[in-house]
Amino acid sequence: MKLRANLIIGGALFALAILVGVLAPWLAHTDPVLDANLLNAEEPPSWTWWFGTDDQGRDIYSRVVYGARVSLTVGIVSQLINSVIGVALGLSAGYWGGWWDDVVNALTNVMLAIPSLIFALAIMAVLGPGLTSLLIALGLTNWSFTCRIARASALSLRSQGYVQAATVLGYGDLRIMITQLLPNMLGPIVVIGTLGMGSAVLSEAALSFLGLGVRPPFPSWGSMLSDARDQITTAPWLSVFPGLAIFLTVLGLNLLGDGLRDILDPQSRSRRT
Amino acid sequence: MTGVPLIEVEDLRIDLDDGSRRVAAAEGISFRIDRGETFGLVGESGCGKSITALALIGLLRQPLSIGGGVIRFDGQEIQHLSAARQRDLRGNRIAMIFQEPMTALNPVSPVGRQIAEMFVLHKGKSWREANQLAVEALASVRVPAPERRVNDYPHQLSGGMRQRVMIAIALACGPDLLIADEPTTALDVTVQAEIIELMRNLCAERGTAILMISHDLGLVANVCRRVAVMYAGRIVEERGSADIFRAPSHPYTQGLVASLPRLGSRAALGRSRLKEIAGVVPAITSFPDGCRFNPRCTQATDICRTVAPTADFLEAGGLVRCHHHA
Repeated sequence: MKLRANLIIGGALFALAILVGVLAPWLAHTDPVLDANLLNAEEPPSWTWWFGTDDQGRDIYSRVVYGARVSLTVGIVSQLINSVIGVALGLSAGYWGGWWDDVVNALTNVMLAIPSLIFALAIMAVLGPGLTSLLIALGLTNWSFTCRIARASALSLRSQGYVQAATVLGYGDLRIMITQLLPNMLGPIVVIGTLGMGSAVLSEAALSFLGLGVRPPFPSWGSMLSDARDQITTAPWLSVFPGLAIFLTVLGLNLLGDGLRDILDPQSRSRRT
Repeated sequence: MTGVPLIEVEDLRIDLDDGSRRVAAAEGISFRIDRGETFGLVGESGCGKSITALALIGLLRQPLSIGGGVIRFDGQEIQHLSAARQRDLRGNRIAMIFQEPMTALNPVSPVGRQIAEMFVLHKGKSWREANQLAVEALASVRVPAPERRVNDYPHQLSGGMRQRVMIAIALACGPDLLIADEPTTALDVTVQAEIIELMRNLCAERGTAILMISHDLGLVANVCRRVAVMYAGRIVEERGSADIFRAPSHPYTQGLVASLPRLGSRAALGRSRLKEIAGVVPAITSFPDGCRFNPRCTQATDICRTVAPTADFLEAGGLVRCHHHA
């Protein structure tokens, strides 16, 4: 039953984050960018300003709600790109072996040797700041773990009886990879994927914190943290709420990853029923 | 033996390439199987029977490769066919079932889907039709309540049931030849008998030929009309299965037959030892000169140590590869 709790809490947190992002225009009290009013600057949390206001009098609650859009878009899209690249390279390398495996391995080692945030910074420097370049930068720099896991799974699955049976039964390479290998490695890939989403949310925060993410004044959780660091002692709510949003989203994604792994494993599925 | 045999192997040689040199893991392999016939290949571990089967379906992988000879399937040479053409044969006209029903099914996919995939892959059926055919296929291998079982995952089935599913998958497309590589080794004896019976009946109904590979001479002789005995990469004797039991010609076959326990015999009661063949199978890299069985043979003479015996055809049918055969 503990396994179920993972899935429910994680799924609920992630679903909540998505819901908030989608419904932002209805949930927000004010416009996150335009409704600046210096008369309300640095109000602490209250019934009027749930999460307080910043030094320009903008409602933090509304900005956090809108910030979910950026963080989740970056988390989901960039991790999807990573997963597709990682699985395609790792699966084919593990299954085919030979020179292709060597090439993929070399590439993976290069990716692992360069800190991904630095690599993403370099890409951002070329592409310039903005949401699209953020997606590209994070989507191209974090596939090495997925690739490693896909390759290792493919290597061990390749010698499984059912994969050989599929060969004997006349399956083509691509069909074997998609119907025999992929479903059997999906568990760890999904887990890594949700963890990766969490770390992409963090990377977005880091890049935005460094000023390379979404362009101000549009809010993202990372840029809000960045703006708030000068006032962390005088107006802690400025950093607490975006921080909390990041924390809950990443926590939710991690719990969701655990829970998904449990239902993707058919053996544990029947244990429960 | 008239008409074109279903499969005809002539002087097949399988090379093992260990990087520095090539040695023959099997050579001079010749046999033919007619349509609907049952043929057994018997031998100890490492004698080359499984790689012979892999060669037939074009799945030898490095370091193994076909070094010579001809394999004809339905009159057509198949050893040089393109990968895609060979793939069309596999599963469709030549199917294979394995020793390990525990691992030969994909654990994350319901068994019905795995059967249905064969119809989609080789017969171009839609998934809807294929699923229907899968239920029928499960019913034909006598799985109870097939319309419910199609949704089961392999781990929910017993070993015998899984092997039935494997048979259903293998026979799904109505192949001409079923290769069964130790199909019952992993099963209980009672389940073994059921599975063999099922396989034999289904193949007889559909006119599917069986190539059965096993180390169990008794089992093979029971299922197959003709049996070939392999030793150290060569076929040493090929006979009708009744003859091979009654009057084995090759000393190795004689040894095998003598080493079978018989119900009610003194050996089975434990009062005397079972007969055994002294020595071990030589390694592939160090096959002896002459007859490869000579170091273990009780009847070996000088000629056996220098000259490899050729295949002698017996009057009663069959062949034997021995200088001193009876």
